[in-house]
Amino acid sequence: MTPAVEFRGVSVHFGRTRALAPLDLTVARGETLALLGPSGSGKSTALKALAGFVRPSAGRVWLDGEDVTGVPPHRRGLGVVVQSYALFPHMRVADNVAFGLKARKTPRAEIAARVAEVLDLVGMGQYGRRYPRELSGGQQQRVALARALAIRPGVLLLDEPLSALDAALREDMVAELLRLRAELPGTTLIYVTHDQGEALALADRIAVMRDSRLVEIGPCQQLYRAPAAEFTASFLGAANLIPVELVRDGHPALVRLGGRELTAEPTAPLTPGRAVALGVRPHRVGVGEPGPDALHALVRGVQWRGTGYRVDLELDATGGTIRAEVSEVDGIVPGQAVGVSIPDGCPLVGVGP
Amino acid sequence: MSRTRWLVPPLVVLLGLFGYPLVLVTGESFTGDAWAGVLGSAEFRDAVGQTVLLALGATAGCVLLGTFLALVIAFVPFPGARTLSRLVDTVLAFPSFLIALAFTFLYGSAGVFGAGSFLYSPWGVLLAEITFYTPFVMRPALAAFGEIPASHLDVAASLGARPGRVLWRVVLPAALPSLASGACLTLLLAMNEFGIVLFLGAKGVTTLPMLVYGKGIVTFDFPGASVVALVNVVLSLALYGSYRALTGRRNRAALEPA
Repeated sequence: MTPAVEFRGVSVHFGRTRALAPLDLTVARGETLALLGPSGSGKSTALKALAGFVRPSAGRVWLDGEDVTGVPPHRRGLGVVVQSYALFPHMRVADNVAFGLKARKTPRAEIAARVAEVLDLVGMGQYGRRYPRELSGGQQQRVALARALAIRPGVLLLDEPLSALDAALREDMVAELLRLRAELPGTTLIYVTHDQGEALALADRIAVMRDSRLVEIGPCQQLYRAPAAEFTASFLGAANLIPVELVRDGHPALVRLGGRELTAEPTAPLTPGRAVALGVRPHRVGVGEPGPDALHALVRGVQWRGTGYRVDLELDATGGTIRAEVSEVDGIVPGQAVGVSIPDGCPLVGVGP
Repeated sequence: MSRTRWLVPPLVVLLGLFGYPLVLVTGESFTGDAWAGVLGSAEFRDAVGQTVLLALGATAGCVLLGTFLALVIAFVPFPGARTLSRLVDTVLAFPSFLIALAFTFLYGSAGVFGAGSFLYSPWGVLLAEITFYTPFVMRPALAAFGEIPASHLDVAASLGARPGRVLWRVVLPAALPSLASGACLTLLLAMNEFGIVLFLGAKGVTTLPMLVYGKGIVTFDFPGASVVALVNVVLSLALYGSYRALTGRRNRAALEPA
C-alpha cells in the first residue's frame, strides 16, 4: 500500500544553519505519528517541509505516492493546525472554518453544511457567529481544528497544538483529540510535540528528534520500554542513565554497578568498547535503609509532588545524581545516607560516541 | 489645584500661538461682505473643487502605490528590503518643495527628461504629491504587514488559498485600519499642500492654500483670504476628526483581549 507521507533524504538549511539533517521517514495511511523532541530538534521544520512552507535544500517529499517537493502549499491539500491557532481575527468563527472551502470553490450550500458539521464535531456548533477574540484558548484551538478538518484532508498536521493551553485544558484536549481520532480513521495524523505524555497518548509510533535529526523511530511501547538510543531513554520517560560496566553481553546481559551484578536487556547490539548505561525509570528506583544489598547514596533533595515524592540521590558508585519517585519518604531528609535498589532487567543502552 | 496650575503654561502657549490668530482671522473674515463675496465666486468654487480632487487623487494614488510597495518590501524577500524600509522613514523628513524642485530638474521644460507642459498641469502636481506622500501610507502599511504572523499566511495557503486570495482575504483586511489611517493622514496633508503647488507654478492650478496666498499676499484682500483660510481649516478639522476616529477604533480593537 502506498504510504500517505514519505520523506526521502529531506534536509533543510536556512543560510548556513542546518534546520533539518537528511530525514528518511514513512507514514502509513491512517497512522498517527508523533514527532517528539526538544526545541531546535527539527520536528517543526520537518512538518513545514511537508506542508510546503519551507523548501527542502535536498531530498524529496512524497504525498500519496506523488512527489510534491515543488508543489506550492495551496495545492497539497493538507490540514494544518499550529500552536498559535492562526485564526483570522477579522473573520467570524464560521467564516474562518469556511475559508478553505471557499478557496476550493465549494458550492455555497455545501459550505454551510460542512461548516456546521465540523463545528459540531469539535463541539463548537453554537459559536459560529463569534469572533476569535471572543473565545477562550481551548475554544480557539477547536475552531482551528475544525477549519483544518473542513477541507477533509487526507493528512492532518498538528504543530504543538496544545502547548499554549494550561495543563488541565491540555488533558481535556488530548481526550478530545483521541475521540476525533477514532471518528476519522482514514486520516493520517502527524503530531509535533515536545510533550512525551501527548505523544504516548495519541501516537501509534513516535519519531524522536534531536539537534535537527531523527534519533529513533518506533511504536510507543517499544520506545518507552526498550529505547535503543540514550537520548530516547532520557527524553521519553525521563529515565536515569546510570553508567555500568558490561560483564557479559547477551540476552540478558550481565552488568556491574557498585560491586553488585545485575541483569539487563540490551535494546540494540552493543558496540565493543563503547560505554553502556542502564536506563532506569524514576519509579523503578527503590529508596530505603542502607544495607549490604543496597547501593549507597546520599539524599540531595526531596520534593513532594502531591501523588508522591521526588528524591534526588547522589550514587556513591558513580558519583552521579539519579532521581527516584516514591510514594512515601518515611522521614528521609536531604543530606541523609540511604540504600538504593535497582531492579534486574532494565534496558541497557550504549552511551557517548 | 497644584496639578491644574501646570495646565496654565501650555494653555497660554496654545491660545497665544493658535487661538488668538484664529480669532483674528475669524474677525477679519467678517469685515464687509467677505463671506458672501468669496463663497459666491467661481474662483472659490473652482479652488475647492480642485483642492478636493487633487487631494482625493493624490490619496488614491498614494494608497495604491504605497500598499503595493509596502507589500513588496514586506513579503517579497530581496536583498536591501530592510534598508529600503528605513529609507521610507528618511523620505518622511524631506520638505515637500524638494520633490517639486527635483521634478523640475527631471521633467521640467529644460529638465533631463523634459516632458513639455506636463509638469505644469494638474497632472504634474498630482504626480509630485503622490511621490511625496506615498511614504505616509507605506510607513503604517509596513508596520501593519509586519504584525501579521507568518503562520496566518501559511495556514491560509495550506487551506487551498492562492497568494492573491491570501492577500485579498487575509493580509489586506488585517492591515485595513492602518491603511485607512495612512490614507486619512495623506488626504489631510494633501488638502493643505502649498509648497509643491507654489514651486511647480502649475498653470490653472489654484488650490485653497494657493487662494489664501493669492488673496492675502498678492491682492491684499485680507477678509477674503481669511474666509478661504477658515473654510480650509474646517475641512482639515473634519478630516482630522475622521482620522482620529479611525485610529481610535484601531487602538481600541488592539486593546481588546484576543
